[in-house]
Amino acid sequence: MAPEAPGAIWVHGETTGDGSLARISTEVATLARSLGGASGREVVGIVVAADPGNAADELARYLPRVLTVAEPATADHAAAAIVGQRIAALVERERPGYLFAGAGPEGRDVAGVVSALTGWGVLVNATAVRWEDGPVVEMSVFGGKLNTTSRFTGDHGIVTVRPNVVTAAAAASGGTVEPTSVEGDLGLPLVPIVERVAAETAAAPIEEARVIVSGGRGVGGPEGFRVVQELAEALGGAVGATRAAVDAGWIPYAQQIGQTGKIVKPSLYLALGISGAIQHKVGMQTAETIVAVNRDPDAPIAEFADLVVIGDLFEVAPAILAALRERAG
Amino acid sequence: MRIVVLVKPVPDTASGGERLRPADWRLDRAATPAVVNANDEYALEAGLKLTEAHGGEVTLVTMAGSAAPETLRKALAMGASSGTLITDDALGGSDTVSTARVLADELRGLEFDLLLAGADTSDGGAGVVPAGVATLLGLPYVSYAAKIEPDPAAGRVRVHRISPTGYDVLEAPMPALVVATQALGEPRYPSLKGIMAARSKTIQTRTLADVAGGATDGLGGAAASNEVVAAEAPPPRAATRVIREPADEAARQVVAFLAERRII
Repeated sequence: MAPEAPGAIWVHGETTGDGSLARISTEVATLARSLGGASGREVVGIVVAADPGNAADELARYLPRVLTVAEPATADHAAAAIVGQRIAALVERERPGYLFAGAGPEGRDVAGVVSALTGWGVLVNATAVRWEDGPVVEMSVFGGKLNTTSRFTGDHGIVTVRPNVVTAAAAASGGTVEPTSVEGDLGLPLVPIVERVAAETAAAPIEEARVIVSGGRGVGGPEGFRVVQELAEALGGAVGATRAAVDAGWIPYAQQIGQTGKIVKPSLYLALGISGAIQHKVGMQTAETIVAVNRDPDAPIAEFADLVVIGDLFEVAPAILAALRERAG
Repeated sequence: MRIVVLVKPVPDTASGGERLRPADWRLDRAATPAVVNANDEYALEAGLKLTEAHGGEVTLVTMAGSAAPETLRKALAMGASSGTLITDDALGGSDTVSTARVLADELRGLEFDLLLAGADTSDGGAGVVPAGVATLLGLPYVSYAAKIEPDPAAGRVRVHRISPTGYDVLEAPMPALVVATQALGEPRYPSLKGIMAARSKTIQTRTLADVAGGATDGLGGAAASNEVVAAEAPPPRAATRVIREPADEAARQVVAFLAERRII
């Protein structure tokens, strides 16, 4: 009897509100494709959405094969439970080896649902993945104090991958998109979305930003965030904040970086008026380059930033802005 | 309203004392001061506010080591009325699948309108257990909550779920599982009266066999789906360069530095 082919590597194609593919999924797909090369396993994208076409076409630029399931209920209900149930049913039928997803709120919820339904374990928040008879996953734990390397004890598992771990790169040739259907009712209760509310000023999402300009207590108030915003725009980045700035009501919680906010890994983290307390540090310490402007030479951030300007941010930040504009001509 | 909050004792981030046992790379919890996970405190605070507005009480469920009662006392001092601690040597090293199953087994025996959990933990940071618990119990699941508005008479709860562009308003039948974020509001400090009262509140201890009956196969550390094979401190960052110059000169040097690193 011919040995059964080893199970495929699956990629959860996450969709955004307008039905396009989330950027994190292009990164996860790029990573999975390299693992496919290393393992000789097939790599397959899975998109479950009300109208999966656009996201699937985009995912097929990265992967040789994409399966789609049209699931109208995801349009106006909490999606993760629905998507997770459909993926779990497909896992049952197609018998893949591993599932990769993004480590954001959606990917995490889908991973939790699929894990509970399949019994597959989850390795979370991967910062690097290589292949040695299975995925070998590096992650950062205890607020970045330790990097661990883990693997699954069996032949199956789910891996969630942090943003900016790999640079997304399309495949040399595009893949095929294959619609499929999953039999059976959804067993978990549907949770309807009764209203979608847009923020007054929709801010650029910080998780995937390559540049983040962030403000802390030293920014002094909502007015002070204007220069943070301007610098972020000049650098093509997003605006972040510390918990102190969020608690003071100067900026929405969605922009908060740190232990009870988001964990980010941008190329540049420009910290304005941020002391660098441990609860904030855990959210941004893996940034490739950290530049800080602070009046206090003894602030903790001066110990782990690459470059620190000791000075008044309201003088230094506008001067940086002017220098950037001058350089851009 | 009957509200159950899932809480987890975690190593105190500020202590810097977290360490793994070299033999199996599992956390040496005994060597590390523990606190209630910060995101779980937001869940607890939300639960306490809801019972203050609607009546009822908040109880705690945790799966942790045998030293956990000390940590749970703080949550009781904030105002929770009692707690259940599932603790068993066999549960040490449990993965998220097993943790979700054990919690679900315990929760099947409890009656509640709302089950609240924190968004993720500051130690492992998985954040997948609440979705797993909701799935195993067949509960409506709403994560990333910025506002929780139950209507006990109608048996429904409205939740503002943070979205990439603002928030979605979701309406779930109760009982439901809602995952709390910091946007729900600052946790209270225990009052002296609360601290005194917490000393006499009940923490019920349950073993794996109590919770799962004879069906303990696949549960606990022995059944973990993954293992840590190496652990090391992250490489130190390069030395910090400090600029003490007037703003214009400092800015020129910052921009030159960014250009040198090809960021701009």
